Parts: sequence; structure tokens; C-alpha cells
Amino acid sequence: MGKAFGAVAGVGAVATLYAMKKTWDPLPSVKAAGFTTLDMSAYEGNKLVTEKWRGKPVFVLKQTPDMVEYAKKKNELNRLIKVGNDYYLVAIGLCTHLGCIPGYNPDKRSFLCACHGGTYDSTAEVTKAPPPRGLDIPPFKIDGNKLVLGEEGPEYKKLVQDGVTMPV
Amino acid sequence: MAHFTKAKSLYEWLDQRIAIDTLRRVLATEYWIPKNINFLWAMGMVLAITFGLLLISGIFLLMYYQPNVDLAFDSVNYTIMKEVEFGWLWRHIHGVAASVVFLIIYIHMFTGIYYGSYKKGRELIWLSGMLLFVTFSAEAFSGYMLPWGQMSYWAGMVITNLFSMGDLHLNGLVEWIRGDYVPGQAFLNRFFMLHVLLLPLVILALIGFHFGTLRIPHVNNQEGEEIDFEEEAAKYKAGKKKESKVIAFANDFLSKDMFVVSIFLIFFFYLVFYHYEFAMDPVNFDPADPLKTPPHIYPEWYFLWSYEILRPFSTNVGLIAFGFAQVIFFFLPFLDRSPNAKPAHKRGLFFFWFWALVIDMIILTAMGKLPPEGIFSKIGLYAALTFIGLWIILPIITKMEKEVKE
Repeated sequence: MGKAFGAVAGVGAVATLYAMKKTWDPLPSVKAAGFTTLDMSAYEGNKLVTEKWRGKPVFVLKQTPDMVEYAKKKNELNRLIKVGNDYYLVAIGLCTHLGCIPGYNPDKRSFLCACHGGTYDSTAEVTKAPPPRGLDIPPFKIDGNKLVLGEEGPEYKKLVQDGVTMPV
Repeated sequence: MAHFTKAKSLYEWLDQRIAIDTLRRVLATEYWIPKNINFLWAMGMVLAITFGLLLISGIFLLMYYQPNVDLAFDSVNYTIMKEVEFGWLWRHIHGVAASVVFLIIYIHMFTGIYYGSYKKGRELIWLSGMLLFVTFSAEAFSGYMLPWGQMSYWAGMVITNLFSMGDLHLNGLVEWIRGDYVPGQAFLNRFFMLHVLLLPLVILALIGFHFGTLRIPHVNNQEGEEIDFEEEAAKYKAGKKKESKVIAFANDFLSKDMFVVSIFLIFFFYLVFYHYEFAMDPVNFDPADPLKTPPHIYPEWYFLWSYEILRPFSTNVGLIAFGFAQVIFFFLPFLDRSPNAKPAHKRGLFFFWFWALVIDMIILTAMGKLPPEGIFSKIGLYAALTFIGLWIILPIITKMEKEVKE
């Protein structure tokens, strides 16, 4: 009798915990947060623009020729996205340490996260800890002169496969 | 049915039904407190009173606060501060008490550590107290989210990101906690719920448990002397109050307790009326902006020491060090291998260990507030390593300790 009671109560408890867990999940309306389309011809070299995707800031930094040289030298060209003839850094602007927004210094061509002192170079690769990796690149699809954030194009899938960025 | 006779007074009427006479004896008139203690033993009562202040001021704030990302900031900074009569008073009491309560908690904790009040039957007092510390920390953090200013938002971002556990990349867990990819409406609503209902309920239950753990071992005293409470109580009841080593909790000890509480309240209301700004970070008077991190973010002063243990290391090491700092105090009764339940100044090396820990935590607190650059980064790193080192040597130095004879 006690065991039967315990079993029924146990099933009820597990079911209740499941319902509680699901109630805390992000809502469908939140998950379905749309796509952001960027017109890449509008950006200027070495001038950081912050766009917004799924409530997160996305850095767009058009690379000047010397920045492209730097990326080639550091073997980080694969972190840049080529649209037309230009290279762009497109990355989620949240420090991979704990999610603060790093600030960009155009003279030093580097990002500094003020929260815990991490720095990144112009391809958003880490140059000083604590961040464990460069800024993450959001899923994107190249569409002529435009970039659609949120859609996974072949270029993005390759980046994930090569381990250049984490899937977000 | 039980037999009831006509009561001669309200007291007797109640006593027949809910035994208030027994209750009064157990909780007050025959709950014995050693005489050989000092003002530091009143910190528990100071904490209870401060919690009461938080509860009462919180009830009034709750009447006008709006847990909505578009309205929260103005409901605090405009409605409560400017429109509601005496709204500023409740907010300043609530903010100052939330800060001061941690000062008193730290004094209360370090008093316990200094006098060895976590040993020989008092382990559960320490453990339940540490659970209260953790719950108070969660309560402070969730409350800090509510004004939805820049510090609220970015503290929420950083602290919830800790749950991704570095290289484990538990982004799903972080999003589950937030109910969104970033802190938003779902996040604000659930932290509001935690702050005003779930966590206060847990705190109330834990306070009851904390008192319960104290009842049988009784409070410690300045010499760590083992008192035969029954024998001393018998002397007291026989009228030999001078000879007895104990006094009753109420009204004897309570009157001393309340004296310390009164001094505390003068200090407290001085802060509330004249120096509340220390508890109101100016950055949090900018509304939350998900696209702009403030140039320098730091937690409230009471979290700085553990924040500084996180900061100088790379993500994974930092998280492990931070986790260590969060839980290590729980293990104090088991890491202290000494047979002596004595004050630190009678315990040789432990005395130096105690003050090294206090000084190290003050250094960590100071470094946590300063920007993570140059020499401050270095000092912070060494202080963090010292903190970990101190806990590693604790079992060794306490094992070496000789038994102190009376």
C-alpha cells in the first residue's frame, strides 16, 4: 500500500518537475525571433558599426587593406567574411568570457572588454585572456551584396566545420 | 475531547489551547545565554532586525514597482522616488539595509570563525548559516535586477553567463535560466518572482532552522568554555544569579541585545538619511541598454572578493577558483582538524591564519573595485592565490595544534 502510494506520488512529482522545467523555457515567440539583413555596401573601412540580432549586438567592421594584410599575416583571414571584393568582420559583440560588450579602439585596431580586461585584434581573435576564444560569428548567408543573419549559408557551415567559430 | 476549565485570564485561556507558557519558557525565560560574551554576540539580533526592515520596506516598494522592461526603470526612479509620498524612504531603507546586512553577516561569520563557534556540536549552526548567506546573496542579486538600469542588466548578463560553465558551453542552460537569448522580459519577471516570493520564503525557513540548530548546543562564549547549562540554570533559578554563569534569553539578554541594536539603528538611519548614495550605484541610474556595456562594471562591495577570485584567471580556471571560493566556507567545520573549540588567540597558528584570511579578503575586495589593469591585476592574482592557499593549509596547521588545557 505504502509502495503504491509512493509510486503514484513519485510519478506525480516527476511530471510536476517536468512541467516546471518547461515553464521556464524560452517562449516560442522568443525563439522565433527573426532574421536581420545587412546591406554590406553601407559600411566604411575601420569604422565599427553595431547591429542587432536576436537582441544581441553584432559587430560589423569593414577591413582596410592594411587590416587584411594583418589578418593574412596572422593566418586569420578565414575569420573574415568576403562579400564582393571586400572583407568584413561580422561577429557577435559579446565577450566570450562572460558576455560584456567590448569597445573598439580604431587607432589600436583592437577591442578591449572593460569587465575583465580581455582584448581582441581586428579579426576579433583573442590577444589577451581571460576570453577563451575569439568573438563568435553568427549564422549568416551571403546574398549578393547583402548578408542575412540567422540563416546558415554554405560559407558559415564551413566555418563551423573548420572550428573557426562556435555554433551560436 | 480534552477537558477545559473556565480560564481566569486571557493568558490562561491561550495557555490551555496553545501552551504559551511552555513556549515562553522554551524560547525565552529558560533559554540560557552565557554571561561571558561581548557585543559581537548581538549580531544575530541585529541581522534579524535588518531582515525585518528589508521585509517592511520591500512590502511598500512592491505596491508601486512594475516588473516590466519598459516600465520598471521609471516605476522605481520616477513613481517611487518622486510621486509616492515617502517612497524615497522605503527605497533608501531597502537599498541601505541590503548593503549593511552583508556587513553584519560578515561580522557575524568572522565572529563565529574567531571563537570557534562551528565546532563540537555547533557544525549545523555554521552550515545553516552558510545556507542563509548563499540565499541572501541570491536575494541581493535578484533584487539588484529589478530597477532595470545599466548595472542591473549587465550584472544579469555576466552572472547568468557563469552558468555556461566555460568550455562546457552550456548555452542552453543559460537561455533556460533567462527564458531568452539575452536578459529580457521573461528574465525580469522570473527574478522578480524569486526576489519577492520564493527566496524570502526560503530565507524565513532557514532562519527558523538556524535558530533550531542553536537551541541544543547553545551559544558559544568568549573562552570557548564548555558550560553545564542545566547546572548553571539551576543556580540561576535558585536565585544565585551572581554565581550562575548564565542568564535567561528574555528579558535579561534581550535587553543587552536591544542596546546593541539601538546603537546599530542610529548608525543605520544616519546612512539612510545622509549617506544612502553608497548603496545606489550612479551607473544604475541609466536605463538598461542591451547594446552598450558600461565602461567599468563591478558588483556591489559584498561580492567583490569572490569576483576578484574569478577575474585574474582564464575562463575555466577562473570559474573553478570562483566555485571554490563560493563553497569552501561550508567546509570550515571539517577542514579545521584541531580539537580546540577556543578563541583564535589561544590557538597559536590559527590566530595568524584568521587575520591573514581577513586581510586577504579586504585586499581582494579593494582590487575587485579597481580596473583590471597593470599592478592591480597582479595584486589581485596573488591575493586570489593566497586565498586558495590559506584554505589548503588550514587542515595542516590545525592538525599540528596542541590541545589547550583549561
